[in-house]
Amino acid sequence: MAAPKKGRQGTQGRPGRTLALILIAIVALTGGMFASGHTTPRLGIDLAGGTSITLQAKNEPGQKNAINKTNMDTAVDIMNRRVNGLGVSEAEVQTQGDSNIIVNIPKGTNSEQAREQVGTTAKLYFRPVLVTEVTGADAATPSPSASGSSSASPSASAKESEKATSSSSPSASATSQGRAVTDALKADPTPSGSSTGSESAAASPSASASTDPATAKLQAEYTKLDCSKRTVRAKAGDGVKAGDPTVACGQNSQGQWQKYILGPAEVEGTDVDKASAVFDTQGAAGWKVTMDFTSKGGKKFASITGKLAQNQSPQNQFAIVLDGEVVSDPYVSQALTGGTAEISGSFDQQEAEDLSNMLSYGALPLTFTEASVTTVTAALGGEQLEAGLIAGAIGLALVIIYLVVYYRGLSLIAIASLLVSAIMTYVIMALLGPTIGFALNLPAVCGAIVAIGITADSFIVFFERIRDEIREGRRMRPAVERAWPRARRTILVSDFVSFLAAAVLFIVTVGKVQGFAFTLGLTTLLDVVVVFFFTKPLMTLLARRKFFAEGHSWSGLDPKRLGVQPPLRRTRRASAPVDTKEA
Amino acid sequence: MSKLGTLGARLHRGEIGYDFVGKRKIWYGVSILITITAILGLAVRGLNMGIEFQGGAVFTTERTSISVSQAETYAEEASGHDAIVQKLGNGGLRIQVAGVDTSKSDQIKQQLAKDLKVDSEKIAADLVGPSWGDQVANKAWQGLAIFMVLVVIYLAIAFEWRMAAAALVALIHDITITVGVYALVGFEVTPGTVIGLLTILGYSLYDTVVVFDSLKEQTKDITKQTRYTYSEIADRSINGTLVRSINTTVVALLPVAGLLFIGGGVLGAGMLNDISLSLFVGLAAGAYSSIFIATPLVADFKEREPQIKALRKRILAKRAAAAAKGESLEAPVVERSYDDEEPDDEDATPAVVGPRAQRAQPSSRGRGRGRPSGKRR
Repeated sequence: MAAPKKGRQGTQGRPGRTLALILIAIVALTGGMFASGHTTPRLGIDLAGGTSITLQAKNEPGQKNAINKTNMDTAVDIMNRRVNGLGVSEAEVQTQGDSNIIVNIPKGTNSEQAREQVGTTAKLYFRPVLVTEVTGADAATPSPSASGSSSASPSASAKESEKATSSSSPSASATSQGRAVTDALKADPTPSGSSTGSESAAASPSASASTDPATAKLQAEYTKLDCSKRTVRAKAGDGVKAGDPTVACGQNSQGQWQKYILGPAEVEGTDVDKASAVFDTQGAAGWKVTMDFTSKGGKKFASITGKLAQNQSPQNQFAIVLDGEVVSDPYVSQALTGGTAEISGSFDQQEAEDLSNMLSYGALPLTFTEASVTTVTAALGGEQLEAGLIAGAIGLALVIIYLVVYYRGLSLIAIASLLVSAIMTYVIMALLGPTIGFALNLPAVCGAIVAIGITADSFIVFFERIRDEIREGRRMRPAVERAWPRARRTILVSDFVSFLAAAVLFIVTVGKVQGFAFTLGLTTLLDVVVVFFFTKPLMTLLARRKFFAEGHSWSGLDPKRLGVQPPLRRTRRASAPVDTKEA
Repeated sequence: MSKLGTLGARLHRGEIGYDFVGKRKIWYGVSILITITAILGLAVRGLNMGIEFQGGAVFTTERTSISVSQAETYAEEASGHDAIVQKLGNGGLRIQVAGVDTSKSDQIKQQLAKDLKVDSEKIAADLVGPSWGDQVANKAWQGLAIFMVLVVIYLAIAFEWRMAAAALVALIHDITITVGVYALVGFEVTPGTVIGLLTILGYSLYDTVVVFDSLKEQTKDITKQTRYTYSEIADRSINGTLVRSINTTVVALLPVAGLLFIGGGVLGAGMLNDISLSLFVGLAAGAYSSIFIATPLVADFKEREPQIKALRKRILAKRAAAAAKGESLEAPVVERSYDDEEPDDEDATPAVVGPRAQRAQPSSRGRGRGRPSGKRR
């Protein structure tokens, strides 16, 4: 916040310019609001209603009794963070009965996306790629060298490490698919990965004959698999345990569907500590996702990448499999031991954020099916908001009456500042709806009403300072200029405490508390902005007016009323005896 | 109101003032009493946690023509708890009620079926878990703890540790009182309540900091003079910011009072009550504690400091010496009764005269500013 510094310049006597600037900013913001077409803030589910999705938990294959309270609670937590990543969208997640979860999404949210977020909440695995090829109609040549397109497809690399030269190996394309699978399956369990590459290259054609039934089945499944069909895709690899190899589908960077045979899961979603989407400013690679592993996960990841790096393409790739679908299949050029990794590729911002969201919040311990989707009305009903607004308006009217009676002319400045503050809060909230999914709930509305007090306090501190200076016998203009630096310090110190509360709560907490912290931080910042760029310059300007400068009795700065002149009242008499004590 | 302006002027010049620090023991006592009541209330009655925290029962009905607000009344009658009623896309109702177990839920179901005139078979009853899970609560506590540590560090640097400690005591005081009032009134605790509490947290500190800022400014050169003790200057700074404190509190409380008494009371919006009650109590407690608790506490802490102690000794000695000279009026000013002093003051301000400075310059136009650093010894 550069407000203090700029404010100081602004006070040096170009109040008009500062005022013009903030008015332009307000007009621009308001214009932006109308241009974007979102002229009202999005309301939370308690005020506006929305969509309610009921999800039914299913046991994972091979795991009985997975539906228990602990797992359901974990699932609620994870879903909550997914739909409510920034904490300001006011979505609600709760359990219902023993095996259902209800997700309530406020009106105006992209409910498709939210459904996807809570719906595609299956397990996340990192599996080594054994075989892959493009499927469907547009797959002209089903050769493994299709994966040579990995130059375009995502690549994993340790930070700042050289990208692997993606010369897809001729030997891989020479090997028949069946053999590759068999070899890889055989080779994979061996702890030392050093021999894998050479072994697969030197594998004898007869190997395919000696495959065990499971491998043959997998091979058959793979051959059958047509990833361009949605129903087939959804079923691919269904019911496979983490420790078994599987088939899966994924979309490559050209938007083609690719099918995979994948080895057993080496690293699980729970091994990822956190992931974030970052924009690569140096490499021009665009959006990428960086991951931090837990210490256990880091070791596992180092070992799998060490193994993979020695393989030929496509077996130097690993697939990030979410809900049975390959979301990314980066290749590995060296063992990645740092406990961090990044996935780069042709992501756009949305994709990178979605992927990092899924990686961060790990895997749900259960799978869910959508049992029902329905709309719900506001939990509080319209009359609550209406009553709140009426009550708030009455309260505001009382505030204005109080200010006018007490501060008289000065109250014009206070009311104008409150108005500016209100407009800016409203416009920014309206704009934040579509940009970060900010939704206003009833507590936030009340919070904004309390913010009136905090904002008004800044003016009151300033006005009282000015009055003190006038009581010292100063003329109007010097009084304003002397009062400001001291009022400014008080305002900044106290607003800093408020802002600190907001910042800490926003960073640490989740859910509604985070949403509250956001509102508090926003109103505090706006308070500083308004006082520095609006109230002060306006005060400076008006101090030049005769009405204020000469202390008109309605200006609120009448020296007589402030008690500057020797009081004519008996109070003087009353205090007279006390004087002698100094004698 | 112009009287208030004059009052402000007189407060400013220190002509009148309330002896906050001197009478601190009374206010400490009042606060301790209220706090004990609050804690007792909390212990005996406990908090009435809403469905968001403890889960409850959910009843889903078939299509019905009953209005949402009507169903809400029925559900609240049947269960004795706050109910959340939503209309579903298919025309049915979803009714959520807090604090209900399975057996009670059947009973409510029957009652609801009767009230809503639907077949009880057609109402699906289920238990729901909290939407405000442990995770949210735990993270909120964690955030609070981190914030408290940071704010104490900040206040210790920006002011000093004594003020940080006093601000913290005031903050805990405010929150305890608010929570206690909640327990006593028996309103349901909703996420709105918690957010109200957090708002108070920010506001209470904010208010305290404004008073401390003035205190810090006035006590800058305290050891360079021998006229006033720290406590007396603390008193002056409270009185100097009193008008501001009153105005800010009025301005902050008016809209909240509107929400509580008009919105919640007259217009009968239940959820508004929950939020605005915690705000109202908390804001009032925050304003009270920054004046009556936080600043006197700082003075208490400060008076234990050797430097300040020595200063106090010197000042008292000097006053005693002056008194010994036999000036009747020199009797400790603080104890003067004001009844005989302002017999017919139309302002009728309950003013206890504190240590005065500019009595020496009765007709001056306020040259007395900056008195704390008064050069005269």
